[in-house]
Amino acid sequence: MAIEVRIPTILRTYTAGEKAVTGEGASLSALIDDLEANHPGIKDRLIEGGDLRRFVNVYVNDEDVRFIGGLEAELSDGDQVVVLPAVAGGSR
Amino acid sequence: MLTIDRATYDAIVAHARRDHPDEACGIVAGPEGSDRPERFVEMVNAAGSPTFYEFDSTDLFQLYKEMDENGEEPVVIYHSHTATEAYPSRTDIGLAMEPNAHYVLVSTRLHGNNEGPVEFRSYRIVDGEVTEEEVTVVDEQTD
Repeated sequence: MAIEVRIPTILRTYTAGEKAVTGEGASLSALIDDLEANHPGIKDRLIEGGDLRRFVNVYVNDEDVRFIGGLEAELSDGDQVVVLPAVAGGSR
Repeated sequence: MLTIDRATYDAIVAHARRDHPDEACGIVAGPEGSDRPERFVEMVNAAGSPTFYEFDSTDLFQLYKEMDENGEEPVVIYHSHTATEAYPSRTDIGLAMEPNAHYVLVSTRLHGNNEGPVEFRSYRIVDGEVTEEEVTVVDEQTD
């Protein structure tokens, strides 16, 4: 089971500069554990306190995972996962 | 140093004025590795707030998909402060996730929606460290 994961610039230090890596897992949570096994440190940049970090967006086949179950979102072979940090800020 | 053409500079300022008192935000994309801000993209501030901005997550996805297809990257990421100076706040610094981008801040605190000078400043924000840089406005981008 292969799932392509697109990695944003800021996290490519964990993937030896690769823009995309391949992972496995039946859910987003399992996929992230699999990524962590091959790219140690990446999980902490995606998850905080058992949930997706507030300012990290993950999309499965073009859909924001927050709308399809978050970490429990189901994945299948050939799915494409995209990770994008939020573009956000503010004066306070 | 950020080199930006007059039309793009004016478009950023106009967007900030129009959205005042809420923060305005957007990017200027350019060919990957070129450091040339060429394609101005106004974004909706999904937070709709005078003290916070955030690109809508679906818009963000579409934007990055487009840039990917065009071989572009975000050369400039801009937003406005509407009551404070054009300097990155602690929030701005903590959430800056594009080490290659020029972070442009515009402050509309002096004239709001009206004509008049605005502060327009640019920074690099890498690993929580802010470095201000010079902004050069040119008539047109040249090679």
